[in-house]
Amino acid sequence: MTVPAEGIVGPAPVRRQRNPVLQSEAARGLSLISPTLIYAVIFLVVPILLVLANSFWTQHYLEIDRTFTLENYRVALTDPIYRDLLLRSLWISLLVSFFTVTLAYPIAYFISFHGGVHKGLWLFLITIPFWTSYLLRVMSWKVILGYNGVLNSTLMGLGLTDGPSDAFLYNTTAVVITLTHAWATFAVLPIFVSLEKIDRTLVEAATDLGDGPLRRFLRITLPLSVPGIISAVLIVMIPTVGDFVTPRLVGGKDGVMIANAIQAQFGKAANWPLGAALSVTTMAVVTAMAAFIVVTIRMAARRAR
Amino acid sequence: MRMLRHIRPNWLKSYAFFYVLFLYLPVIFLPIFSFNTAATPRFPLSGVTLKWYGDLARTPALIDAAWNSLLVGVSASILATLFGICAARAITRYRFPARRSINGLLMAPLVLPEIIVAVSMLLVMLQLGLSLSLITVVFGHVLICIPYSLSVLTSGFEGFDRSLEEASADLGESAFGTFRRVTLPMVSPAIISSLLVSFTISLDEFIMAFFLTGTDATLPVYIWGQLRFAAKLPGVLALGTLLLAASIILLTIAEIVRRRAARRTQNMGGVLA
Repeated sequence: MTVPAEGIVGPAPVRRQRNPVLQSEAARGLSLISPTLIYAVIFLVVPILLVLANSFWTQHYLEIDRTFTLENYRVALTDPIYRDLLLRSLWISLLVSFFTVTLAYPIAYFISFHGGVHKGLWLFLITIPFWTSYLLRVMSWKVILGYNGVLNSTLMGLGLTDGPSDAFLYNTTAVVITLTHAWATFAVLPIFVSLEKIDRTLVEAATDLGDGPLRRFLRITLPLSVPGIISAVLIVMIPTVGDFVTPRLVGGKDGVMIANAIQAQFGKAANWPLGAALSVTTMAVVTAMAAFIVVTIRMAARRAR
Repeated sequence: MRMLRHIRPNWLKSYAFFYVLFLYLPVIFLPIFSFNTAATPRFPLSGVTLKWYGDLARTPALIDAAWNSLLVGVSASILATLFGICAARAITRYRFPARRSINGLLMAPLVLPEIIVAVSMLLVMLQLGLSLSLITVVFGHVLICIPYSLSVLTSGFEGFDRSLEEASADLGESAFGTFRRVTLPMVSPAIISSLLVSFTISLDEFIMAFFLTGTDATLPVYIWGQLRFAAKLPGVLALGTLLLAASIILLTIAEIVRRRAARRTQNMGGVLA
């Protein structure tokens, strides 16, 4: 593991004592990180570049024609099916990030400011679901919202409804609820970290200078936690756009998202270039939306002060 | 004003309880219905049984999937932790050009839509002519475990006092001896946490495994296949319960190891101060 470092450390000491140049430190750092970096380049950077290249090619049955074309992008952007799927995915991920971040802020605030000795325990409780299977979390909502599910049988048992309702499962709302639950904890951590970084003396100073709790919160705590809010939004919004498990399990016909279309192109439909173009388009559009929201949040925070 | 300050934590505290309830409640239905005699998950429960668990042990496809998951999880967690050690050590110990952007690149799989990462890896594997197997799943899992392993290890290595290593070197210990006798004991809790966390991620990971596996299913892929059949639901719930239990146990161990290490370094700090 430390082989790269050892190799350099071995002959170096004499020279190092004479000349503790920054360069040798840079070389050591780079050589130590290089195995991991090379791995990420091979399995992340190269693949993404290949997707980009594929998106300009054409599929002819089993062959791929490598002449440059923008046809895939024309289809991805103008075909009403893909356009609607993309818009719906963006809308769903926007709603989900709004709900997760709004729900997460108070809990992050509570743990950071009032967690006391149990801070670690609270954080642990919050993060456990974050590590457990995402597939299982989605599945449990299918059990709850289904026709013969927990919600229906409970409502009937309480005498609130006469028969089971199929209104809960297989629609956009079910997708939003499930995703909000599945990603809830992802939003807590970044906000918590940014709240922890706030210098408590600033809050005390605001109190001493006569700011009430609300004013103090709006003028000190909230603006200083904006970086956390922004990373929470990003960490939820970008991945949820590309989710295909939730729409498949609880979305039904109205809850299909763009990732289901991408998956189909790489599976049954077997049109890799179109799938690649859809992936690139999705990434580009969600990045643009995320950038817009980041700017909006920053401006709103500045206004609030 | 004073009153408000007293009310607010209570208000927040009850919110926190509800939030945790919201996090856990849906998941609790999995174990509840896995012990239910009826095949459809609905209230009231019809009776308590362990038969769904008994059935699991008699399903060869499931045993295979469990074995596959174990193999993939162990390989992926070891590899991801080795890569994580290199990167975390480099990042916490040295200053070098592009340090922040390299760190950003390594953390990127965490924020990229998983389907896009999976699909691009799939394209590379297919165009390289590699056949899909558990090995390609391991490649995928290592990539997505690196961000987790890196953040666990970086925070473990950060509290590390560099002067101890220098002292060891000054006292005549070789570079390897310093690593083995000074560095390793101090960082081993972080390494153990990283192994456990990466294993859990791999064990529960579905999307990469779904795209990158050939005919061999891991446990989540097996579950996905079973979800199509309503009659198989109780078995899936039982399996899900076991997976949940395994994850929670592993994570609790990881947390205990991490905390113990944190307390130890704190105590040492106290003594030294």
